[in-house]
Amino acid sequence: MWRIIHQFGSPPWVYRFCDRVIPWLFPITVLALLAGSVWGLLFAPTDYKQGDSYRIIYIHVPAAVVALAGYYVMALAGLVSLVWRIKLADTAMRAAAPIGAAYTAIALITGAIWGKLTWGAWWVWDARITSMLILFFLYAGVIALFEAYENKTVAARACAILSLVGTVNIPIIYKSVDWWYSLHQPASIKFTESSAIDASMLYPLLGMIITFYALFALLMMLYLKRSLTEDYARSAWLHKRLTA
Amino acid sequence: MYFDSVADALAMGGHGAFVWGAYGITFLIIFFVLLRPVMSTRRLNAGIREEALRKRSAKGAQGNAS
Repeated sequence: MWRIIHQFGSPPWVYRFCDRVIPWLFPITVLALLAGSVWGLLFAPTDYKQGDSYRIIYIHVPAAVVALAGYYVMALAGLVSLVWRIKLADTAMRAAAPIGAAYTAIALITGAIWGKLTWGAWWVWDARITSMLILFFLYAGVIALFEAYENKTVAARACAILSLVGTVNIPIIYKSVDWWYSLHQPASIKFTESSAIDASMLYPLLGMIITFYALFALLMMLYLKRSLTEDYARSAWLHKRLTA
Repeated sequence: MYFDSVADALAMGGHGAFVWGAYGITFLIIFFVLLRPVMSTRRLNAGIREEALRKRSAKGAQGNAS
């Protein structure tokens, strides 16, 4: 157990791990993304109320789900970096920010398009949508804050604090559709009772959610590898790996 | 396929531009967020290799001179 934790704190080990997994995960994820999109766009049945516009669900919901999950990754890495001062936790926190921002942007943009079709407006200042916009600003804030400091140790500490404080936004996003009167519909997939969605639509949706998680993992590894290459450009282990 | 024809699938019941557009934007964002670290890592690696090569040749020249 301790050996595993120790390995996750070791840059050469993490670099090698990423290097080994990326060549497999990259093509699998891209194929799954294409297959899932084709399934959702062309093979899933039409919704009897919304018609074909509902097909946006297969990217909108997975992007939103993983945008939230990504925040846990970023905040947790921030916590580890604050408490134990592990440099790799900083790197992981920094890696999660642009990925989370991209996922949140996808959720917001596809949501706006879907909103235009079903509500008649691109944007409404609704609780769920506004809290998602704040999530985007939190991700963007971590990216900008890190760039703002010359001293990268201080920068990482500031980012960690910002991401931890921003965690209050997460339960607000989850509960926003229950706490406020909202145009946004509540969750259709439930774990404790039967879902409010038919299996023929549920399976492609679950498939896309899993795929978006896999894409998140892939992106984390790509960004981690990039940051490790930058941070350890003068280290012997990296030189050995690159010039061998 | 759920649709009867390719034209039907493109039309999406009249919402084609919205639905296909949403997927298009999504894939564009994913493409860029994937490409960024890959290109950046490649550039950094090239720099590291170049420097290693330069160091090696400098060391070699020194060795010859002494």
